[in-house]
Amino acid sequence: MSNEAALHGHSEVAHSHEVHHGDDHGHHHKETFITKYVFSQDHKMIAKQFLITGMIWAMIGGLMSVLFRLQLGYPDQAFPWLEDILGRWAKGGKISPENYYALVTMHGTVLVFFVLTGGLSGTFANFLIPLQIGARDMASPMMNMLSYWFFFGGSVVMMSSLFVQTGPFSGGWTAYPPLSALGSASPGSKTGMDLWIVAMAMFVVSSLLGGLNYVSTVLNMRTKGMSMTKLPLTIWALFFTAVLGILSFPVLLSGFVLLLFDRHGGTSFYLSDIYITGVGALPNEGGSAILYQHLFWFLGHPEVYIILLPAMGIASEVLSVNSRKPIFGYMAMVVSLFAITILAFLVWAHHMFVTGLNPFLGSVFVLLTLLIAVPSAIKVFNWLTTLWKANIRFTPGMLFAIGFVSLFISGGLTGIFLGNSTLDIHLHDSYFVIAHFHIVMGVSAFFGMFAGIYHWFPKMYGRFMNNTMAYIHFWITLVGAYLIFWPMHYEGLAGMPRRYLDYSIWESFKQFSELNKFISTVAIIVFAVQLMFVFNFFYSIFKGRKVTTLNPWSATTLEWTTPIRPGHGNWPGEIPEVHRWAYDYSKDGRDFIPQTEPIGPDESNHH
Amino acid sequence: MTTTGIFLLTILALGFLITFQIAKASEYVSVLKGEKKAFEQSNKVNAFLMVVFLVLGLLGVWWCNHLLFDKTLMAHPAASEHGKNIDTMLYITIAITGIVFIITQILLFWFAFKYQYSSKRSAFFYPHNNKLEIVWTTVPAITLCILVGFGLFYWFRITGDAPKDSLVIEITGKQFGWIYRYPGADNTFGKKYFRMIDEGKNNQLGMTWMDTTIVKHDNNGNPAGSVEIKADPATFDDIVTNDAMYMVVGQPVKLVINSRDVVHDVGLTHFRLKMDAVPGTPTTMWFTPQYTTDEMKKITGNPKFEYEISCDQMCGNGHYSMKGLIKVVTKEEFILWKAKQKPAYAVAFPKPEPAATPGAPAQPTADTAKVVAAAVKEVKPAIAAAHN
Repeated sequence: MSNEAALHGHSEVAHSHEVHHGDDHGHHHKETFITKYVFSQDHKMIAKQFLITGMIWAMIGGLMSVLFRLQLGYPDQAFPWLEDILGRWAKGGKISPENYYALVTMHGTVLVFFVLTGGLSGTFANFLIPLQIGARDMASPMMNMLSYWFFFGGSVVMMSSLFVQTGPFSGGWTAYPPLSALGSASPGSKTGMDLWIVAMAMFVVSSLLGGLNYVSTVLNMRTKGMSMTKLPLTIWALFFTAVLGILSFPVLLSGFVLLLFDRHGGTSFYLSDIYITGVGALPNEGGSAILYQHLFWFLGHPEVYIILLPAMGIASEVLSVNSRKPIFGYMAMVVSLFAITILAFLVWAHHMFVTGLNPFLGSVFVLLTLLIAVPSAIKVFNWLTTLWKANIRFTPGMLFAIGFVSLFISGGLTGIFLGNSTLDIHLHDSYFVIAHFHIVMGVSAFFGMFAGIYHWFPKMYGRFMNNTMAYIHFWITLVGAYLIFWPMHYEGLAGMPRRYLDYSIWESFKQFSELNKFISTVAIIVFAVQLMFVFNFFYSIFKGRKVTTLNPWSATTLEWTTPIRPGHGNWPGEIPEVHRWAYDYSKDGRDFIPQTEPIGPDESNHH
Repeated sequence: MTTTGIFLLTILALGFLITFQIAKASEYVSVLKGEKKAFEQSNKVNAFLMVVFLVLGLLGVWWCNHLLFDKTLMAHPAASEHGKNIDTMLYITIAITGIVFIITQILLFWFAFKYQYSSKRSAFFYPHNNKLEIVWTTVPAITLCILVGFGLFYWFRITGDAPKDSLVIEITGKQFGWIYRYPGADNTFGKKYFRMIDEGKNNQLGMTWMDTTIVKHDNNGNPAGSVEIKADPATFDDIVTNDAMYMVVGQPVKLVINSRDVVHDVGLTHFRLKMDAVPGTPTTMWFTPQYTTDEMKKITGNPKFEYEISCDQMCGNGHYSMKGLIKVVTKEEFILWKAKQKPAYAVAFPKPEPAATPGAPAQPTADTAKVVAAAVKEVKPAIAAAHN
């Protein structure tokens, strides 16, 4: 039924004059609890479903990091309460190696895929695309609903893998075979790995259903007057994100399918010349373990940008609105997003400099990898210029957007170290890498997400989140993130390898035990503050300060022309027509000019 | 749950409650004061904190470096020529990115503070400036070209062919340890085949010591053809050890890297080098050690210093403890050490007569080889157990 609303919305874009007032009302009356909150086809509800599922995953993934940080900070100490919650995985209050590796692996998988891909893109692409381009819903609300439910299914399977006898998968989130292919090499690679693959396959399906929808919606369902160059940067970013996902996730899935064949079909895609202690020589011959790494990183690298681009888009939008200035260099921003999208496909082997890759091939990937720094630099300078001579309102969203830029600079610059194969030989798989990617795609993407949540919360729930808690959340998280990850660069420069649960037996790495304690303590504090954010979020849904005006941030974009609590179909009347770009702030002495306002006769011509 | 645990949880809950109450109260206060006034006040506080964060952050960067620099490898010279190149590259990169880091962070937080909201001012409508944008496209592009240039210069030097006089050592990773192999007097590694591996018979690398017929099995344990393995005489004098990898200071070393089971990685922190060990695909890496272990003890001031080999690729539950050792010694010490080593063959098949001179490599006679060759090795169908 709501499909119809979307289709009508579409025809309205084309012919523009039919009014569907009555229709929409009709739908609302028929909605039951199930169709409104569970199997909803309303993009706004699906966005909230993604967001809340993502938040639950983020809490679980974050808690996992707290648990393994306890082990890293206090390797010689026992915590009896750990045995209470983890049972045989923490006998005597000490986390066992298999549990440590399971926690690390799940932390990575959950946060990279289920939170920062599903939770971030799923939320904001669903929520913002129809609202900001002026559409009643997605191109296919049904597929959109399925996208969420595949995500949910994948989540359930992934969660269930935590409870199997042999434990969840524990070979690292990249799941390199042969370790991930052979149950005899690691208990986590038994049933846990099968569930991991199934969950990831469902996740890929979800991401494809969503991505196809986002692309077709952006291309086909823009309201009258909304040319591509009038789109807000959020939409451009989400659009390129979806393109990246559509082109790279199938490759990942194919890699997983081959892995599944190797596990259960007796094939040797990734396996060759293997002798497992206690089992003997395996029959597999002729496969290449490196093949998997190519397939994995062909997604794995674009995945970084799948996580980062939405955050960039959100930050651009929020920075501009709260600076009361147009985003500087709109076209350069779009072109740099495009350049990043293209280059994202051409750099994957920089994760493989030390696999025995042909050095000449390596050099090509060095060049292409460092090229990505150019569009990234353009974006940073454009954000800085956006702040120059602005009139900044430090709303919680704005704070997080500024924090995003700071973290993106810090983490991006260390990418120049790692993308350079010469330095990568030394720094590969050390704590330098942990520091780099946690800052640049972990924390900064989270900052983009927080900026988005604080900024669009009033649109989602018709209420504001509490500002004081938001400020505390921001400052502690920003300071905490730097305190946690900045010193890790030094551990990396000491060559300290990642994925070790105890460094005390290593003469070369044991000098950091005090630092590890410090990092763990800060991590616990920062995690507690995130719980406060979650509390603020849910509390504000029901008890937050009510939004009383249509456009609380005085923004130009279309979502603020909808009612405070828009129903399915978004605009009760006709979809508004668009006459200008999204960034007319402080132009001709006016604070802002909404996109719906026609260009005046004596308006200065800047864009 | 212990009492301290309950105590900590209570404190945490109280903290939450207090924060929440303050947050709630401030919302009411802002309503009383008027939204605009409350906004202006909190805006000032946040703008001020931006500058505080910038200043404390930059001081913190310095302080962190002060505390931790000596604990990193940068405090001491790299132990290989390649490592010295990598350190140079590292310093070039730190210099360039450091400048960019400081400038951009200062601009970001300074602008945030300087251009905070004021009712007296309005923002400057400044949508784009092509000249500026061209500047900050080309300048980073040129800078990166410099970095790529230096990087690739060193990269090809490091990954180039090993010198002819290199000492060749084979290193093989397994869950969870390292196996080192040296060619014997013939300077040639004997052939090996993974189905010949037999831990019980002291053949941890699967060296082809004898003529053997190996019956292959498919995944279901059914026979699937067989392979004829010919004994390779070059294996008879190969030395295999699990204790430490000895190498000579100043002499290039070429490592031939293998894995027996999953992907491992030979991490040589002090030499600044690293290379994956991939089952079925041997890799190589070469370098020239600059300091003996004893010299390094003096340089680092740590009497317990050792060149440790760390596994740098997730390889299973014992990954964190997969440690190897390198002993860099003088030429004389190396010759002495090598002379003491018994070939793996001699360890696996001790000669019946007790006459062997200690230190001299035991040469197996053709007879012994023939006698054992009668054995037919049956490879147990391992796969059913391995895959589930």
